[in-house]
Amino acid sequence: MASSGLFSLVPLIILLPVLGLLINLIFGGRMSEKAIGTVASSASGLAFVVSAVLGYSLWAGSGTAVVVPFADWIHIGDLNVAWNFRVDTLSVLMMLVVSGVGSLIHIYAIGYMHEDVRFKNDPGRYRRFFVFLNLFIAMMMILVSGDSYLMLFVGWEGVGLCSFLLIGFWYEMDTLGRPSWANSNAAKKAMIANRIGDFGFLMAAFSMFWWFKDLSFEGVFTQAAQVASITPSAILFITLFLLIGVAGKSAQLPLYVWLPDAMAGPTPVSALIHAATMVTAGVYLVARSAPLYTLVPQAQNTVALVGGITALFAATIAVGQYDIKKVLAYSTISQLGFMVAAVGMGAFVAGMFHLVTHAFFKALLFLSAGSVILGMERGHHHLAHHKSAEEQAGEHDEVFDPGDMRNMGGLRKQMPVTFWVYLIGALALAGIVPLAGFWSKDEILADAYLKFPAVFWMLLVAAFFTAFYMGRQVWMVFFGQPRHDAAAQAEESKPVITVPLMILATLAVLGGVLNLPGLHGLTNWLGHTIAGVEAGPFNFLVAGLSTLLALIAIGLSWLLYGRHPLAVGQKDPLKKLLGPVFTVFERKYWVDEFYWAVFVNRYVDIARFLANVIDGRFWHDFVHDKVIAGSYNWISHTVLDLRVDRQFIDAIGNGLGALTKRISAGLRRMQNGFVRSYALAVLAGVVIILGYLILK
Amino acid sequence: MADTIPLSYYLAISVVLFTMGALGVLIRRNPLIVFMSVELMLNSANLAFVAFARSFNALTGQIFVFFVMTVAAAEVAVGLALIVIIFRNKHSIDVDLMNNLKG
Repeated sequence: MASSGLFSLVPLIILLPVLGLLINLIFGGRMSEKAIGTVASSASGLAFVVSAVLGYSLWAGSGTAVVVPFADWIHIGDLNVAWNFRVDTLSVLMMLVVSGVGSLIHIYAIGYMHEDVRFKNDPGRYRRFFVFLNLFIAMMMILVSGDSYLMLFVGWEGVGLCSFLLIGFWYEMDTLGRPSWANSNAAKKAMIANRIGDFGFLMAAFSMFWWFKDLSFEGVFTQAAQVASITPSAILFITLFLLIGVAGKSAQLPLYVWLPDAMAGPTPVSALIHAATMVTAGVYLVARSAPLYTLVPQAQNTVALVGGITALFAATIAVGQYDIKKVLAYSTISQLGFMVAAVGMGAFVAGMFHLVTHAFFKALLFLSAGSVILGMERGHHHLAHHKSAEEQAGEHDEVFDPGDMRNMGGLRKQMPVTFWVYLIGALALAGIVPLAGFWSKDEILADAYLKFPAVFWMLLVAAFFTAFYMGRQVWMVFFGQPRHDAAAQAEESKPVITVPLMILATLAVLGGVLNLPGLHGLTNWLGHTIAGVEAGPFNFLVAGLSTLLALIAIGLSWLLYGRHPLAVGQKDPLKKLLGPVFTVFERKYWVDEFYWAVFVNRYVDIARFLANVIDGRFWHDFVHDKVIAGSYNWISHTVLDLRVDRQFIDAIGNGLGALTKRISAGLRRMQNGFVRSYALAVLAGVVIILGYLILK
Repeated sequence: MADTIPLSYYLAISVVLFTMGALGVLIRRNPLIVFMSVELMLNSANLAFVAFARSFNALTGQIFVFFVMTVAAAEVAVGLALIVIIFRNKHSIDVDLMNNLKG
């Protein structure tokens, strides 16, 4: 398909963020924080504008996919992979989410990082943050706009890199700012868990090359049906390996463990990368690969089951967490489970719809949580100043965790704006009519009800837990009395932080409009790209059931946390109610410990064995020291030094010297200095010569 | 009368004298006696010259003897001067003490 008109603008969605990061990288040292933030935000904002233009062009045109060639990349034999952009309704939807939510988070980060770098005493890192953030936008754009699995993989790895860099942004400390490797270990954990997923992705890509001799979406999808009829296992193989990639990137069982730790990154990163965009790449991948998945129901069932189990599993863990961001992290895993389950069941539109609304309200929740944390930090800072004036240093400085909900309480009075936007986000996540989360979640539930009852029940229970843990969080953070002096002193954030929150809150309220039952805007939109999507009827039974459950869960959370607010040092009331079950939630089912015992420690053992025995004792001690160095020493010492040099060459020289010495010693004896002995010699010589002449 | 004493007698005396002189030079440590022994050797040669000159009726030998005697006189003069200098330096004229050429 020929590219024409406005579609040729598409490379700008990558070039603009790259330009922004280059400006900040080269000139950022001499620019003010405001200028750096403005450059980065406008780069992302302009990318949003370009994405909107592309969306408009699609909407105005026929809505069919447009491929824009950009550069040649790989020619090997028959394999021909070019860097082409694919502009279709699915990719443009992702572009809009990435750049739209991304821009708001950029603006928010101007204010957030300003304070964060000062609380952590390193203002020089402000620029680095925005360079990484722009790089992330560029990489995410490559991911969603690529026209082949290989280009998608380039972006896939690029966002993984940015995730690693930003999780480990404060790499020399832990989340409380103490010197430690905790943050960089979290970054490494994310990197390694994602590598396992990437292995799956690569296996899928290699298999595609093997069976299709092509990696572009168009080429793979057109041949898929034919290959499936010849070797049905091929597609199953590919889709299941893709699922491993999805599990890595979108934090599904069993590879989700990196996402909670990823909260070590600054909060805008948690919002942008680990909630709104990057982690949804797996959902996008399944939706993009819809023509493959629809061919193999087994793979679809597997994906749906993985998503459903993850959704339920993570939702239960979220109930037992105390860190405000950890709750949201497990909530994100759970919600990603909803999306994966949806796209797995073939409800691609529902999955993508939830992806978009989730991006709105989860970004909102994370950013609000960041605002809460900053507010607590400010309160703590204020307090520390106050104290040092009043009291002398004698009180030991306890480590203050601004993210611990047990330190919070009553924040709705101190931070009213943050409270209201948080409430909106929480209600949207809980699925309360008419907020965005309600519509998207119910679409998933309705589809699951029809297609996969087992997963439907899992998701329904997960939705119940979702409403419960969000209720618990809101009661704990914003209601009751402050449980720490810092909470009492907390201050509201500046407009640069609250305005993006308000915009996101608006989106979280109105996001449902995208695919309201009856209108089905998103279904029609995505119908241009994903074949065979149809809008199901609105299921009042499912919607009513889920809303009822959500309301019961919120009521339950009020009974436990709202009616009698948590007191200082009081144990979680749920612990009394559930006992050991709560401990299981609190300790996250000991999955991390299990992985350590089963994988990490075994790996460390192998590494130790390789280091000590193979490398140390065999390679170093034996091969290097004994064989190579030993034989070299033997040759140089024994052969060359002793035998050749000392016993042969030296012997020649020394022998010559000794011989000369001996001869000269003999000769010296004749030179006794007595004249008469010389005279005798003369005489003897004459006698001999004469004797010779005479007797001759 | 002139023919009564054969040449070999003279030569025998000359040999004896030369041998005595040579032994004196080699054995004695007093330089004066060494010089005397040198004179003895020179004169044994002179005797041989004269004897041969007489025997062959040639004057060459006789004339050579004069030269020898002249050289001997000069040599003694130089030698005695050397001995005086040596005595001044070493307060002795023992030839065994003069071994500075020892290697």
